Amino acid sequence: MMMWFFLISDAFTFSGLLTAYGFMRHKYEDIWPTAGDVFTHFPFYDGHIELAYVAFMTFVLIASSVTMVLAVEAGHRMNKKSVQFWMILTIIGGAIFVGSQAWEWYHFIHGTKHGAYLLEDGVTVMRHKIDPHTHVIEEGTFLVPVNRNGELTEESGFREVIGNEAVAMKATATHIHGANLRHNEYGIPLFADFFFFITGFHGFHVFSGVCINFIIFLMVVEGKFEKTGHYEMVEKSGLYWHFVDLVWVFVFTFFYLL
Amino acid sequence: MRKKFMMVLALLSAVTIVEVAMGMIWSRDESMATFLKVSFIGLTLFKAGYIVMIFMHLGDEKKSFKMIILLPYFILIGYLIFICLVEALYVGGVRPGLENYFGY
Repeated sequence: MMMWFFLISDAFTFSGLLTAYGFMRHKYEDIWPTAGDVFTHFPFYDGHIELAYVAFMTFVLIASSVTMVLAVEAGHRMNKKSVQFWMILTIIGGAIFVGSQAWEWYHFIHGTKHGAYLLEDGVTVMRHKIDPHTHVIEEGTFLVPVNRNGELTEESGFREVIGNEAVAMKATATHIHGANLRHNEYGIPLFADFFFFITGFHGFHVFSGVCINFIIFLMVVEGKFEKTGHYEMVEKSGLYWHFVDLVWVFVFTFFYLL
Repeated sequence: MRKKFMMVLALLSAVTIVEVAMGMIWSRDESMATFLKVSFIGLTLFKAGYIVMIFMHLGDEKKSFKMIILLPYFILIGYLIFICLVEALYVGGVRPGLENYFGY
């Protein structure tokens, strides 16, 4: 039961983070990058498929949740071999997820070939205009967020910059690739900050979940639970694992879809 | 027992695929924006409900325990979301004036 209370408190933490994310995303709604344009990569494939890898990660995590439930069920039947089998699958699933998240980070930090331009003020990013369906860049056309001077205007979103104005802006700009805590090729740096923090915090939970599952797995192999007569520990770590999956479902929706 | 879990896995995967497909087709379509947002949140709550009730076995617990876990959470989160949306819309409206303070 204590595990449930801990999960509620952790759920509040994540909810706070996601609410903060939602707040910022709607505050800057007009210039927020579309996740479907940013996360288009799949390992070993050289093209662009929107959100495919993230969908794969979601499936892996949900499947590992199922294997965990099956491990708990096997524990109820005091079937040691079965518990071991399902727990190993859960651990592998979790490891695949953490690895995939790391790959996503790497790709996000590395950025695209063409990059973007960080303008003089050190804050505004001028990106290439990309066709949202084919992901091909339109040479010579750039997008700059409006409302950079603090004036109260009616316009919002991006304005296109072409020709001489583009050349002039490029001259004083720094060419950047990828995203880190200092600049973001894809647009407003807040997007990158939230991405790293929320997915990093969640990834940390997944990693700790994998470690906990591994320790419990070792205890199962040792036969500790056969002696005590119940597999409740497996059930507790199962709850934690499901919680991790649950949070991912929400992060996935709010970050990548909305 | 096992069959139930496999069915839920299939259900959750199917819902995820539907969500991603909806995102791929309609995320840039302005007219579908509200429908998309509402349906994503609805589908996510649907998935979350199944995970909590069946995988975490909260569905098998006593009603009082279920309430202890779910009620405070939903009340507080509902309030949080309400504050978030109202304040974000307000801040979005007066944003140009705030930029000088926060550098953004």
